[in-house]
Amino acid sequence: MFVFVLNRIALLIPIFFGVTLVSFGFIRMLPGDPVAALAGERDMTPERHAEMMAKLGLDKPAWQQYLDYVWNLLHGDFGTSVLTNRPILDEFMELFPATIELGVAAMTLAIIIGVPIGIFAAVKRGTIYDQGIMGLSLVGYSMPIFWWGLLLIILFSGTWGLTPISGRISFLFDVPTVTGFLLIDALLYGEEGAFASAMHHMILPTIVLGTIPLAIIARQTRSAMLEVLSEDYVRTARAKGLSPLRVYGLHALRNAMITVITVIGLQVGTLMAGAILTETIFSWPGIGKWIIFSVFSRDYYAVQGGLVLIAMIIMSVNLIVDLLYGLINPRILHTNS
Amino acid sequence: MSDNAAGSVAVGTQQSSMLRQNLKEFWYYFSESKTAVIGLAFLVGIILMALTADIIAPHDPTVQYRDCLEQPPTLGADKCNFAFGTDYAGRDMLSRIIYGTRLSLVAGGMVVILCLSIGIVFGVVAGYFRGWVDIVIMRIMDTILSVPGLLMALVLVAILGPGLLNAMIAISITYLPHFVRLTRSSYIIESSKEYVIASRVAGAGKFRIMFITILPNCMAPLIVQATLSFSTAILDTAALGFLGMGAQPPAPEWGTLIAENRDLMLSAPWTVTFPGLAILLAVLAINLMGDGLRDALDPKMKRS
Repeated sequence: MFVFVLNRIALLIPIFFGVTLVSFGFIRMLPGDPVAALAGERDMTPERHAEMMAKLGLDKPAWQQYLDYVWNLLHGDFGTSVLTNRPILDEFMELFPATIELGVAAMTLAIIIGVPIGIFAAVKRGTIYDQGIMGLSLVGYSMPIFWWGLLLIILFSGTWGLTPISGRISFLFDVPTVTGFLLIDALLYGEEGAFASAMHHMILPTIVLGTIPLAIIARQTRSAMLEVLSEDYVRTARAKGLSPLRVYGLHALRNAMITVITVIGLQVGTLMAGAILTETIFSWPGIGKWIIFSVFSRDYYAVQGGLVLIAMIIMSVNLIVDLLYGLINPRILHTNS
Repeated sequence: MSDNAAGSVAVGTQQSSMLRQNLKEFWYYFSESKTAVIGLAFLVGIILMALTADIIAPHDPTVQYRDCLEQPPTLGADKCNFAFGTDYAGRDMLSRIIYGTRLSLVAGGMVVILCLSIGIVFGVVAGYFRGWVDIVIMRIMDTILSVPGLLMALVLVAILGPGLLNAMIAISITYLPHFVRLTRSSYIIESSKEYVIASRVAGAGKFRIMFITILPNCMAPLIVQATLSFSTAILDTAALGFLGMGAQPPAPEWGTLIAENRDLMLSAPWTVTFPGLAILLAVLAINLMGDGLRDALDPKMKRS
């Protein structure tokens, strides 16, 4: 097990350097003068230009700049936002809970609907139910989610007035930040209606962000179940006269879950990409909206820092999934180490 | 001499009849799935629409009918007769969507062609040389994969500058790893088979083995991947357009159409609804076809 874990961590090291090289190169590859782009000032005097160049470390050789950059990253210094003059890491950590909150809600929705309907489709294979579920999930998989979000806003918020158009909570409530997770903070704050308002604001973004993972999970659960259902031990279990619930729920599902968990773990990247669009549509104050805002306001240090941080988060989640996978499925552990 | 020529002609006809046989078998499996055939038919329809946009579009997509701003969809009226309504500048939505088909199809097609050509070369090179060449190529691909595709594309567009062409290049780079990995893994599986050893013994050169002997046998999964990438490329192009980083107005790219009319979505919902529906239907058709292709080309998935 120990060797297995070390192996997996060692695999991440070249990727870490790859990502830092990309993010380091990003700023150098921007069109125009990097000093002007990074300092966010126009019409600098030559003295000011030289001063900024030295301050940003751009007068050193490229390899030394890169080593400095990685050194700073390893010490938790992800640069400073040109716009707000605050450390990128602070800005990121402040907004990240909003993204996690939405991501967890979307993933929960995707799992609690996706897994059961996937199983149902597999058990009812070839019937109209199966075809219906698979057809719908293909529609979900093909969905341009930015349009899906606008469509839901038009219907639910515009036409029927059922849900708020954007934001995380009604402006009537001023919930103090404790954990950053608004649902928890609203509960802690205890003002009547704050929690309900936060929940209310989450409905549409959760559906929008959860749609594609839901479709993928339903499809993968179905195919994992189909594979397992043709195994000998399932036939034996059925022949023994076990109830369908025991056969499908206990024997088949447990083995199908290995595939399903991997698929769920792999959705983190999809969620981050989806968060960029979902947060933009609903003005959700999270990482996705922040990145887009930073790109548009040319706050390149923020984009660079965000890129590295997101890549690191995804790498860690994938590592955890990998390790979990080894834990549930001992076969992997033994072939690899 | 003439013997030789006759021989090669015979081999040629034999090959073409084998190809015909393969195509026949492929069509047999493909056409078993009704939904795949529907997807294919729909895709052909979309391609025809793109090709004949000049003829079938009822209006010029850039002409602004100033008397008919934000006109709801109407049929058979005397004045302001627009089946899909008009946008904030009085332009015909239907015509804009029809012309937008060209942009989306070209974007999807370009991404697939770029990914296939570059991905195959990298994948084959990594699979043939192995060693450090393989390691360097695959670690670069891992790096690209470690960042969510849309975010990577956004960053690349920030470097290259917004625009449809740059969006296509950025999306191609984010899809490249899938093609390289797929080519490499099927290349490695194929390269240990006997026919490869036989051709090496017969004295075939490096490039002949790489691209003529082995590559054709790795194509099936690549074709499936190309189809699926075609649909996601259309989606991502539209997403970048929606975020303002793809095709720039007044280009009638579907995502850009949604973005430019977004402020009207509550007062004139048709300006947002129809372009999105176009994206969904196009992507759905290609995915339906892709599913059928996979079942027809992948022997392991056959009959499951």
